[in-house]
Amino acid sequence: MSWTIIQQSLPEFAKGFRLTLWLSLVGILGAMVVGIIVSLVRYFKVPYLAGILGAYVELARNTPLLIQLFFLYYAFPVIGWKMSAATCGIVGLIFLGGAYMAEGFSGGFNGVAKTQLESGRALGMSRWQLARYVVFPQGFALSVPALAANVIFLIKETSIFSVIAIPELTNTALDLIGLYYRSNEYLFVLVIAYAIILIPLSLILTWLERKVRYGTFGN
Amino acid sequence: MTEEILKVAHLNKFYGKRQVLFDINFDLKKGEVLALLGPSGSGKSTTIRTLNGLEDFQSGQITFEGQNVIPDEKHWQELRQKIGMVFQSYDLFPNMTVLENIVLAPTKVQHREQKEAEAEAKKLLAMVGLSDYAQSYPRQLSGGQKQRIAIVRALAMHPDLMLFDEVTASLDPEMVRGVLEIIKKLSDEEDMTMLIVTHEMNFAAQIADRVLFLEDGHILEDTPGQQFFKQPQTERAQKFLESMDF
Amino acid sequence: MAHSGINVLFEGHNFVRLLGGLWTTVWIAALSLLIGLALGALLGILRTFKNRLLRLILRLYLEFFRIVPTVVLLFLAYYILPRMMHVANLPGSLMAVVAFALWVAAEFSDIVRGALISVPKHQRESGMALGLNRHQLFRYVLLPQAFRLEMPATINLATRVIKTTSLLMMISVMDVINIGQQIIEANNHLYRTGVFWVYGLIFVFYFLVDYPLSRWAKKMDAKQAD
Repeated sequence: MSWTIIQQSLPEFAKGFRLTLWLSLVGILGAMVVGIIVSLVRYFKVPYLAGILGAYVELARNTPLLIQLFFLYYAFPVIGWKMSAATCGIVGLIFLGGAYMAEGFSGGFNGVAKTQLESGRALGMSRWQLARYVVFPQGFALSVPALAANVIFLIKETSIFSVIAIPELTNTALDLIGLYYRSNEYLFVLVIAYAIILIPLSLILTWLERKVRYGTFGN
Repeated sequence: MTEEILKVAHLNKFYGKRQVLFDINFDLKKGEVLALLGPSGSGKSTTIRTLNGLEDFQSGQITFEGQNVIPDEKHWQELRQKIGMVFQSYDLFPNMTVLENIVLAPTKVQHREQKEAEAEAKKLLAMVGLSDYAQSYPRQLSGGQKQRIAIVRALAMHPDLMLFDEVTASLDPEMVRGVLEIIKKLSDEEDMTMLIVTHEMNFAAQIADRVLFLEDGHILEDTPGQQFFKQPQTERAQKFLESMDF
Repeated sequence: MAHSGINVLFEGHNFVRLLGGLWTTVWIAALSLLIGLALGALLGILRTFKNRLLRLILRLYLEFFRIVPTVVLLFLAYYILPRMMHVANLPGSLMAVVAFALWVAAEFSDIVRGALISVPKHQRESGMALGLNRHQLFRYVLLPQAFRLEMPATINLATRVIKTTSLLMMISVMDVINIGQQIIEANNHLYRTGVFWVYGLIFVFYFLVDYPLSRWAKKMDAKQAD
């Protein structure tokens, strides 16, 4: 392992690092928005739409991101939808992540105790009031652990972007290995780079989970 | 004057093909306290939950304050403002303070003034001896305190009828008394009409004007309270009372 | 419609070739799961022991696999294994099995540990009160009860492994996607929309395997929640 090689590669990795962070951020925020909308439509059982979005969730969750990206990047241009690699990556990540986030939120909503719903109903609350005052506040709190796991998962999934040549972290490493044949050094930097993102983040998320849980349920 | 508040006629309920309530008939007059007694699985809880629309039924008629109940969720929403209910699990909303728990339904469901609802909530809290806890969260309270607040939360809606479903069943023994005293006080001082499912026989004996004794979804007895505990009419009820006695 | 893209699937041996690729995908997933679950069960049991050093090492092992994306794991195996074993031409499929199996073992060890410690304490105590030794306690009391608890998470892990096999093409394994790409490239001049059908078919392949599994896991989960 040569430190000089590592040092020389750092500017390249810094670029990949920033891109991984940026793509993750946009993708995760987009996935959150999609997830909230989908879970609300499914919670209120909006006719037709709930069924369609249910199918979307199953399709996105039960197929690999890589195939989803290939569709976006190679197949869609054939029918005239051409997007840049980075756009494909973000769209793919939102498509996949939206379904995971939707499941996370839905899991929270469904996890609210039946007795809580009954005591709300016994007070004469309407369906909407029950959702607004009982299900959503508690459901969001219950869904935080699943959402946090999804955040970590989606950041790791951005490594698959390397197959459509988006110069994020993994792609940067593979390119450098291809150019200079120094796999030890570049893989080492790559692993460290992911650790720098994911270790602090998972500590923060664990802290947040505890805080939300205590703030809502007191344990 | 004995105004009839609730009347249940020929009520039958099934879970799928299994019938769980058989031809339930009884009525309840204003100010009356009715205790539903019987062994576990006799249908007491199912009966009381049916009266708040938390369980559906397949045939029969419920009449509340002279009006036939139309058993759909929309009509039940209206009725539940007049029929308060407290559960075994005293589910206060964990993300709200005690005061917020109490004023939520009066302000959102009944659209009453925040100030007025809060003033009343505080009065009710004083009545149950928990004035100091208005700003506390449920997690800071004991089981008995939570259950007293749950009763207050139901009372804040100004119900004409209160349903109590095993409200002391999950409390520590030393907490039971405080809760039962409040229910007794409601009957004695406010003349509240109440339907009570309980396993506390001494309490039932003290408070019940009448007792319905159920077994396997049938009403076996409909007897005045004093008489039921001294001289139940059926052998089954006699055995039940003996088994509760130690 | 002589040039409709769907025909690309049936041109020559294309469909059989795709099925062959699918088989590669399936056996790699199956073998990785088999080895990974066995190793993971062992590590999971060890993680419930009192030895702190052992627990710390196994915890670090798990965290490593939690942090490093699977793509990177594959490349680690791809570049490091041949050097470690002093063999020049290790088949990619073998390296993939090693990488996946170690990853599955890490994830499964956490599932097993979670299930074991959630078996009620009084079960363990009443087992010990009957004079069972540690081996008997695991064999007759803890493992059978934990097994039921860990089923849904294990099935979900399997669906993840199956989806992750899509990455095999990145280390040049002739899996279903790699073969699909070859077919697309070979037929691109004839069937411009062939790319749609080939990727569409692969998409359906994955869905048909993973969807029933995740439904099953969900149902089991719901049953246990009751």
